[in-house]
This record gives sequence, structure tokens and C-alpha cells, in this order.
Amino acid sequence: MDAAVRLGRALMPLLRRVGTIAVALWGASVLVFVVLNVLPGSPAQVILGTQATPQAVRQLTIQLGLNKPLLRQYLDWVGGLLHGSLGVSYISHLSIGAQIAQALSVTGPLVLFALIIGLVIGLPLGFLGALRNGRVSGSLIGSLSQIGMAVPTVVAGLLLVIILTVKLHVFPTSGFPGWSDPLQALRALVLPAFSLGLVEGAILSRYVRASVLEQLRSDYLRTARSKGLRVGQALRRHGIRNAAIPLVTVVGLELASLIVGAIVVENVFALPGLGLLLLDSVNNRDLITVQDIAMLVASAVLVINLVVDLSYRLLDPRLKGLS
Amino acid sequence: MPLLRVRDLSVTSGSLTLVNGVNLEVNAGERVGLIGESGSGKSLTALAIAGLLGEGLRASGEVSLDGEDLVAATERRRCEVRGSRIAMVFQEPMSALNPTRRIGDQVGETLRIHQGLSRRSAEKAAVDLLRRVEFADPERYVRMYPHELSGGQRQRVMIASAISCDPEVILADEPTTALDVTVQRRVLDLLDRLVDESGCALLLIAHDLAVVSEVCDRVVTMYGGRVVESGSVAQIIDDPHHPYTKALLATSKALSVAETSLGTSLPSIPGTVPNAGQFPRGCPFRDRCDRRVEACVEVPPTLVRDTRTLACWNPVVDDEPVLEEAP
Amino acid sequence: MGIGMPPLDQPTTTGDNEPYVFEVARGRGWRRWLHNPSALIGSIIVVLVVASALVSLVWTPYSPLAVDPSHALSGPSLRHLLGTDEYGRDVFSRLMASSQVALFVGVLSVLIATAVGIPAGLLAAERRGATGQVVLRLADILYGFPALLAAVVLAAAFGASKSTVVLAIGISYIPVFVRVTRSNALVVLNSEYVLAARAYGRRPLAIMRRHVIPNIMTTIIAQMSLLFSLAVLAETALDFLGLGTAPPAASWGTMLQSSQNYLGNDPLLTVWPSVAIVLCVLGFSLFGDGISELRDVRGHR
Repeated sequence: MDAAVRLGRALMPLLRRVGTIAVALWGASVLVFVVLNVLPGSPAQVILGTQATPQAVRQLTIQLGLNKPLLRQYLDWVGGLLHGSLGVSYISHLSIGAQIAQALSVTGPLVLFALIIGLVIGLPLGFLGALRNGRVSGSLIGSLSQIGMAVPTVVAGLLLVIILTVKLHVFPTSGFPGWSDPLQALRALVLPAFSLGLVEGAILSRYVRASVLEQLRSDYLRTARSKGLRVGQALRRHGIRNAAIPLVTVVGLELASLIVGAIVVENVFALPGLGLLLLDSVNNRDLITVQDIAMLVASAVLVINLVVDLSYRLLDPRLKGLS
Repeated sequence: MPLLRVRDLSVTSGSLTLVNGVNLEVNAGERVGLIGESGSGKSLTALAIAGLLGEGLRASGEVSLDGEDLVAATERRRCEVRGSRIAMVFQEPMSALNPTRRIGDQVGETLRIHQGLSRRSAEKAAVDLLRRVEFADPERYVRMYPHELSGGQRQRVMIASAISCDPEVILADEPTTALDVTVQRRVLDLLDRLVDESGCALLLIAHDLAVVSEVCDRVVTMYGGRVVESGSVAQIIDDPHHPYTKALLATSKALSVAETSLGTSLPSIPGTVPNAGQFPRGCPFRDRCDRRVEACVEVPPTLVRDTRTLACWNPVVDDEPVLEEAP
Repeated sequence: MGIGMPPLDQPTTTGDNEPYVFEVARGRGWRRWLHNPSALIGSIIVVLVVASALVSLVWTPYSPLAVDPSHALSGPSLRHLLGTDEYGRDVFSRLMASSQVALFVGVLSVLIATAVGIPAGLLAAERRGATGQVVLRLADILYGFPALLAAVVLAAAFGASKSTVVLAIGISYIPVFVRVTRSNALVVLNSEYVLAARAYGRRPLAIMRRHVIPNIMTTIIAQMSLLFSLAVLAETALDFLGLGTAPPAASWGTMLQSSQNYLGNDPLLTVWPSVAIVLCVLGFSLFGDGISELRDVRGHR
């Protein structure tokens, strides 16, 4: 077969997936735009308050481009997004792009930190739970993670604050000193990251456990044992990679749910991240900022989905070149 | 002393007894067929011999290899035996092979475990092994993944892996059942030839008597987790005494006749194999048996004579009594 | 004939008269249910939550809104079982009233998700061509909006309220039901008995009703129970953020929010709603797991 044709065949499913994600992103942008722009009433009126003169309102409306037809406004917005220009806030008159970048310098590390905590807790706990399945220690791990899953991030955060800040004075309660002092900045992220990571770790451990158990029960692990490998060795040689395939999905979903969870945690700990910015914008009715952040988060979730899907193909030779 | 001696082997799952007091022997170089419908406990017996029972299953009794009891041995010791002295071939070659590892890697693995071969020399050995199981282009196949092979090829890969350390006994659990009819013969002939060449013993599990009668020296019939009859191939195939063996044989013969003359109705064993734990008390076959007598509510004792054993209250005897009291 | 005589050469050990019929884990579903500890605990909690919501409709020890400044922030006592909050409102009564909110939001959002998701999933399974693709792509779009994000967007557009919360959670779960329904329905649709039903001319709708829906029901119910527990989690977060239940009304999330100011003086104010949420979520997820296990057992037979 011609090499180019073969390459084309191998790339087809990839292109198809990228295509569907592009369609989904477009749909998401329409959805966000429509929901946030169908409101009766004028944003300019809201911004200027009830005391403003009709003339001032009209002037601001024109200034914001809100007098143009909705389709035009939509195209301007999406065009801006595609060029990396997110527009200017109605309220603060600051560049939204700069604000989001500033917020991401908090949310990004927070999510990463939380993901690491989740993995460090979830992976060993899940493995142990699977290997100890049917024993008391296994059931204990199972119950612990079951309870952990039921704890909302808010609750985890508040309880951590009560124990570690109020009672033991180990960590600051809230706020963020900025990255000029990295050590203090990290210290401020510890509790928020743990609030997110503990719960996600509990969820992850259940998936790890199920995945490893499935490997332990698989025929090929039995084959590996029939060759003379002990259970642990067989799992190391044959189970890890296969268990990793479904786990990629879970870690991807975790990442998505951490990004969303960050919205909550940032509000518990008053961290100036994306979540706080989003909530402030909602409260100030700064719709264009809400629109941008919502689109950003939705894109992140959808792109993570795509990456998960593609890495699936990389890990599982059966799916290579299959649609 | 037999090479492999199984005495009073039982497999239990909680309060459920799945294999019940199985006795069986395999001598060095001997080929023994283990037959019975699915659900009779054949596969569990083989897994228990290899010490590979799944979670929640427990084996008791004795499984001796050269006089060494493997049930009582440590797991470390059992691992030394598995693969090197007792090898297994499983029923489903697709799921028994790791989908994410290359063929060469999986064939050479046993050698790496037991003979400490390096990755490179194991792969070289894998090429030779694949050639022994009749792969025309083994250098190409060692680089492939299981899903790129056909069912018959996968099973040959399993066989290559099983013979790699020259085991003393191969446990083959229905090695051809999952394969296309057209390749069953080839895989069976291959197994037959390799066992012949290496002189190792074979415990072949099958539900097809034709297969067993062709390959094996001796036959053991299981039903309801128990051994109901055993003997040489000639004894069992030509003159079965247990109604169950006879019924199995009748269906098997009818199948081969039906291939030539369509239209004849096929005899079959009435009823179906019950689920584990739902066999009747006493003789497990009595519900489906056309020769049941009152005594069948008790478990029949296993009578032993010469090379034959039988557990039946009302055996099939055509001409003369075969089992009689000792003089 | 030596039948019935003792074995000749070697007595073997199979001659025992041990009965071969053993106790099997069979019996009706509810009996297995009672023998499954997590399902049992789950059902007890579910019953408790539902009961407390129902009782709170007609009776609570105090009115959940009754302010009593003279007894503000009093700890647990005989008068106020779990103490009072910063306005002197009875915490226990507020906890009880909050279970109404949790049930309301949970039930309604799951209903919205199933009402849209299940028919869409069935449609995508039955029409595998363009129609199915469109349904799946639409589900993909919604997939980009987790409950929290959807709620924020809706709150920004329509103002925060309990209904935006319900709507947001419901919408965000639609794709889950589409996928679960579709993949489970596909298994059934590809089965031999459906093929047979098609062969003698049964209409697609009849096949859905007779074969597909009964077969996927347990999976769906298990999923509903699980998503219900997730809905309670989301509702708590949204109320805490001030995007849901408006303050004087009681909900676990708003209770947590106001307790934030008293973490040092009165940590119990945080602990009580926390315990209630964790128990409620745990109960419904255990309940869902129990249903899944019931299905698995049946599947293995």
C-alpha cells in the first residue's frame, strides 16, 4: 500500500474526532451566546444604573457595540476569540484576556496541585483496595473512598480550615499573596488543593480499584500466572498498562471536574482565580466576561475529552488505525 | 509412581462444592482425556491442578507432581513449577493473550521467567518456538499483536508458549473449542505431534469424544463435579458402563453420522446440566438418567477394577458383568 | 455383579452420603438486597432523608425561619438539639427543612435529564444514521457544560434561583443519560431476540417498549440514583456560592455559607450541614450501587 494512503487512513479517525470537537465547540459558543444575550433589557442600563439618562445609555450601547444585530455581535465575539482577543470588560474596562491570564496563574497551579494530590492518594489506595479485595483492609479502603466521594469540596475545604487553620494555625485561611513570594503562594494553595484533591482522590481510587480488579480477573493475567509469575509480578508486567487505558479517561474526567471544582474552592478560600473572576462577573452582570470564561471552561472540558480519546488510541494497539 | 496424582481434590466456593473428591492420575508421557459437558467441573479441576483458581474458590485434597504435593506447597514453590513443569493451554486464545503486548514478548516470557533469558534471547527463542508451531514467517509474527492474528494462530501461539520450557505435563483446557471447525484439526494435530516429540504428558479437556479418542490413551468422564467413569480409550469408547458416558458417546457418534446422512434425528442427553449447587442429591446424573434405580438417591461408590473405575448403581452392561467381586 | 459392594482394590472417598444440594444465593431480589450491607445502609439513609423532608413539610421543632436573637449561636442543648445559628434559628429544624430542597432539586433535575436523555439515547440507538449522529453531537455540546458552569451561565442570564439550579443540573446530566441509554440499548438491539422480533415484523416502537426499555431499566435506575447524589453535591456548591436558594430559606449549602463566618467560634454550625450532606449523598450512591449489583447478579446467571 502506498505510504501516503496508509498515513491518510491512520489519520482519518483522528481528523474525524477533531472535526466533531470543532462542531461541539461551535455549538457551545452559540449556546453560551444565545443564553447570555436573549435577555430583555439593556446591559448598558444595568451598568449605568437607573439614574442614567437615556442619552448616556444610548451612547454606551453604541460604544459597546450592542446596537448591532445579534448575529453581527456573535460573529464579532467569536472572531475575537479566534484571534485571541477576548474583548474589554463592560464594568472594569480592563482587558478580559489580561484578567483571565492573571486568574489562570492561580487556577492553573491550583488544579495541577490538586491533580497531583488526587493521583498520589487515589492510585495507591485503589491498588491496595484491589489487592486486598475480600479482606478486612480492602473493605475498609472501599468504605473510606465511598465516604470520601460523598464529601462536597466545600465541606472538605471548610473542615480543613477549621482543623488546620482555626485550631492548629498551620495555614492561612484565605487570600493569595501572589507569586512574588513563591513559597507563601504555594502555602496559600495547600488547603484549597487538598480540598479538591482529597475528594477527587477518593473517586479516583474507586476507578483504580475496579480497573485493577478487572485485570486481576482477566484471562491473560491467568495466562501470565500459568507461566510462573506471582500475582504481583503478573500485575506489574501485564496489568498496569491495560489498567491504565480506562484510567486515562478517569484522570481526564478528574481534570475537567477539578477545573469546575476550582470555581467553588476559590470562593471558599478567596483565591483570585478564574472561579472568583467568574462569580464576580456574574454578580456585576459583566456578561461579556462571563461569556468568555464560560467558553474557555467549556472548551477546556471538550478538549480534555479529545485528548483522552486520542491517548486511548495510543495506549491500546487494538484501536490503532481503527475508526 | 504416577507423574501427576490427584487425590480427593475438591473445589469449593463458599458453601458450594463445585468439584467433589476427584481422583485422577497421569503417568509420564501419558495422554489423558477429561470429558463431560460444560458445567461438569473439568476446567475447575485443571485450574485447581495448576493452582490458578479464581478468587473465592478454594481447593482441598492433594495434587502431587512427582510426589510433591502442590496444594500444600507455598505459592513461591508453585510458581517455580508453573510454566516450567506444568504448562497450560487455555480455551479462549483471544482473551488469554494480553492484547497490549507483542506476540514474541508473550511467547518468550516463560523462558525469561524460568531460565533467566534476556529480552533479546527470549525473542530469538520465540522465533524458533513459533517456527515449531508451524508459523511460516515467525520473524514477522513476533512483532505483531494478538488482535492481528486469527483464532487458530493465537492458539498456536499459546501452544508455543506452553512448550517453551519443555514441561513434563501440559494441561490443555478445550484448546480447540473456541476455534473455527476448519482449523480445529490443524491445532489438534499440532498439539498431538508436539506432545509426541517432547514425550510430555497431556491432560486434554474436551467435550468432544472424537477428539479424545484420537489423541488420548485414557479417558476420564466427569459429571456434577465428580469423576463418574474412567478407563482406557478402548474400554470407554467401545464399552462405556456409565449411562452418562454412553449418552455422551451416542451424541458424539450421531453427530459424525449426521454429517453423512442428514435427516436422521439426533439423540441427545435429556435435560440440561444444572447450575452449580443444583445437582440432585445422590448420583448427580440421576435426574437425567434413563437407568435410574432407587439406590441412585445415594452417592454411588467408586468401584475400581484393573485400569477402570466406575461410580454407578445401575451400569450399562452389554454381554457379561465387567465389574465383579474380587475372588 | 459387584454393584453395591464395597470397592475392590482401593476404596476411594466418594461414597459419602453428603447431600449435594447446597444453599445458593437465590431467592427474591429484596432478600438479596437485605443481605447486601451497603444497599441496606443506603436504603435506610434514603428513607431517613425522604422522611425528614416529608415531616418537615408539616412539622419541625421550631420554624426554620423563626429568628430569636436572644439565643443566637447557642450550642447544642435540650431546647435546641443541635444549637442555633447567628440569628437564633434552630439548626435542627433548618437541617430538616433543607432536606426538602435537596430532594426537590435532586428529583427534578434527574427527571429533566431522564425526560430528555432517555428518549434521545433511544433515538440515537435506533437511528444510527444522520439522526443518531445529530443527537450525539448535540449531547457533545452539552457535555462541555458541567452542572456548575451551566448554573453560572444561567444565573448570569436569568438571575440566580432554585429553578436555574434545577435546570442547570438537569441539562448537564442529559448527555450522561444519552450515552448510558444508547450504549445499553445498542446491546439489546443487537441481540438475537430483537433480530427475531424484527424478522416477524415488530415495529421499532414496540421493540423499544417490549424489549429495550425493560432490559435497560435497572441500569437507568442505578444511574438515576447516582446522579441524584451528584445533584445534591452540585446543589450544595451552588447554594454555597449564592447561585441557588436565596438566603433566608434553609438549605445545606446556604447554612454552610453563613457558617463560614463562625468557623472559629462555632465550628459545629459547619459540621451539622456537612454531616447531613455527606449522609444524604452517601445514602443515594450506596442505593444506586445496590441496584447495579442486583443487576450484575442477574446478568451472571
